[in-house]
Amino acid sequence: MAVHPALTGLLDGGLQPGAAYSVDGGALLLALLAEPSGSGLWCGVVGIPELGAEAARSAGIVLDRLVLVPKPGERWLSVVASLAEALPIVAVRPPSPVRDGDAARLAARLRERSSVLLVCGDWPRGAAELRITRAQWSGLGAGHGYLCGREVTVSVTSRHSGMPRTARMLLPDANGRLAAGEVSVVEVSRRPRLRAVG
Amino acid sequence: MTSAITQTRCLVLWLMDWPVIAWWLDTGVPQTGPVAVFEANQVIACSPDARAEGVYLGQRRREAQSRCPQLQVVAANVQRDEQIFTPLVVMIERSVPKVQVIRPGLAALRVRGPARYYGGEPEVAKAVLSGINELGVTGGRVGIADDIFTAEQAARDTQQADPIRVVPPGGSAGYLAPLSVNRLGDPELSELLPRLGVHLLGDFAAMAVNDVRDRFGARGVRLYELACGRDPREVVPRDVPLEFAQQIDFDPPLVLAEQVAFCVQATAEKFITALAAQQRACTELRVVLLAEQGEHDERVWLHPDCFDAPAVVDRVRWQLQAAAGKAIGSPLTRVRLEPVATDAIAHHAPGLFGSGTDEKVHHVLSRVQAMLGHGSVVRPAIGGGRGLAERQQFVPWGDRAVLDRLPDRPWPGHLPDPLPATVFPQRRRVEVTDADGVRLAVNDRLLLTSIPARLGIGAVSLQLASWAGPWPIDERGWDGSCAVKGCRFQMADDTGGAWLLVLDEDGSWWAEGRYD
Repeated sequence: MAVHPALTGLLDGGLQPGAAYSVDGGALLLALLAEPSGSGLWCGVVGIPELGAEAARSAGIVLDRLVLVPKPGERWLSVVASLAEALPIVAVRPPSPVRDGDAARLAARLRERSSVLLVCGDWPRGAAELRITRAQWSGLGAGHGYLCGREVTVSVTSRHSGMPRTARMLLPDANGRLAAGEVSVVEVSRRPRLRAVG
Repeated sequence: MTSAITQTRCLVLWLMDWPVIAWWLDTGVPQTGPVAVFEANQVIACSPDARAEGVYLGQRRREAQSRCPQLQVVAANVQRDEQIFTPLVVMIERSVPKVQVIRPGLAALRVRGPARYYGGEPEVAKAVLSGINELGVTGGRVGIADDIFTAEQAARDTQQADPIRVVPPGGSAGYLAPLSVNRLGDPELSELLPRLGVHLLGDFAAMAVNDVRDRFGARGVRLYELACGRDPREVVPRDVPLEFAQQIDFDPPLVLAEQVAFCVQATAEKFITALAAQQRACTELRVVLLAEQGEHDERVWLHPDCFDAPAVVDRVRWQLQAAAGKAIGSPLTRVRLEPVATDAIAHHAPGLFGSGTDEKVHHVLSRVQAMLGHGSVVRPAIGGGRGLAERQQFVPWGDRAVLDRLPDRPWPGHLPDPLPATVFPQRRRVEVTDADGVRLAVNDRLLLTSIPARLGIGAVSLQLASWAGPWPIDERGWDGSCAVKGCRFQMADDTGGAWLLVLDEDGSWWAEGRYD
């Protein structure tokens, strides 16, 4: 499933159908939903009542194909399972910790339907974990200015490659979208070699 | 010029002074005394008693009242006229089908078929008159002719004692010839034609059609056709509204919502089947609930596709759950289902090669709705406004978005991009202090009392790195109930988070959203 070009390198080409990803909420979640939604897919968001609809629209999500279940209550897992049957991409913030058995059953359902699950929180056996490790807002001064963009470092820890990969980008940029900064896939573990200089 | 339209014999029923009769029937007062109905201060109908006193159509109210001081003045009400006339039409349709209502008090119907059934045109007229007499309406006049205009004139020429006038086939032009040009009902022509020496419809009809067109244009030609007895209008019968509403009574009254849902199932099936038999599908449904102590709850439900029986039962159950304890406090005695909007069933048939993704999405969402309740599955919509929370609306799946503020207005003062990805449904109490821990405020000149240093949210306290504001909000100051006054700020903390804060008039700080 396609993602924004800035994230493609981090995610080995895109979101894998049938996989679950653990994601930081907010703008990163919206950025992940934007590309599939723009290409005509339906998106579902479960258990996030404070999702900013207008920010979602600016991020590129088509609101006509966005379905929210803000308060699923105790039965959130069966709601997610139901939605995953028809919606190709479902985001959820679990109100309660999930048991391994339930997660495995849901994973089987996701694989069967080729849906993608984005989880804001922890999830056992997720395909990858996307985190914003550093964030810096620009545009704001001491009593003047206006927020005009945030430079973030997104770090992806995949189950297959143990090393986290990071990239810097603007999330959101001045238009509320995700924009590639200079895409530099730097592997954190490879530190620059120190050398004596005089 | 010969008319290409093949005329069929038609019957016109005219009820003289219908607005007056409608008012009498509506108020239930005895049908005597001088009464006149006024529109724009002019008489549009008056009772026979008023006419005897010198009241006439088109007279001004003050003049009419001076002629007849005891005159009952009634304001015109088209809705009342129509409401009272409809049962009459239904009554006529029982004896003679296919009635066209030209206006309240004037109806036309085709007479050829019924004449064969009743054995003559006057017999049809008698059947029609006896139909309306059953409803207590007297004074109906009937004219029968080749076209609607002639039949109407014939009806107007009848007398109370002999209320039926038949113009023989082909006799329209001859019948109209001696009538005054006023009968055309056109104020301009009725004044102009006599000045040109044309006093009778026959004289008008004798003119050459090209002369009429040159002098009076297309409207003149249309009136000319009427005068020649060649009214091009045909009788277009009204569509008889079919009755699709279904209801079920509970005896003894039911207490549990599940019981009601179970009992309604059969009614819902019947409701959907009856519609389907007419090739209709219900897309908008009104559910009316009546309880033992006379409580009444009704609401209109929409469906993104069309209702089937389980969907109807779900709506009844949701409405009952919402109304229980509030609108309805006693056991339920009646459920009524009415279709508000229907559509051709062909538009909702599943496709030959399976239905699209949207259909599947809809099925799943309806299932989640049935599990959690109607308002639990929503779609976001963006309306107008300046606050973040007031701009976004969440519309239950299947309902139509009703935006009370239009999004396409400029709304100066609303936030530009980038917008907070997190908008708190209820804004959260926060504390903004300076380095000494003193809460900040804004003075009369809209200046902050000190430099913000710390932001406290619940137990968490964050160091502020940068900030901007205040941006004053002063909305609807003229309306105390919805006036908004305060100042907005953007503040970024040193962990990389940014906040949209509001300082209200009382000096409390709130977080409206978080940029994350």
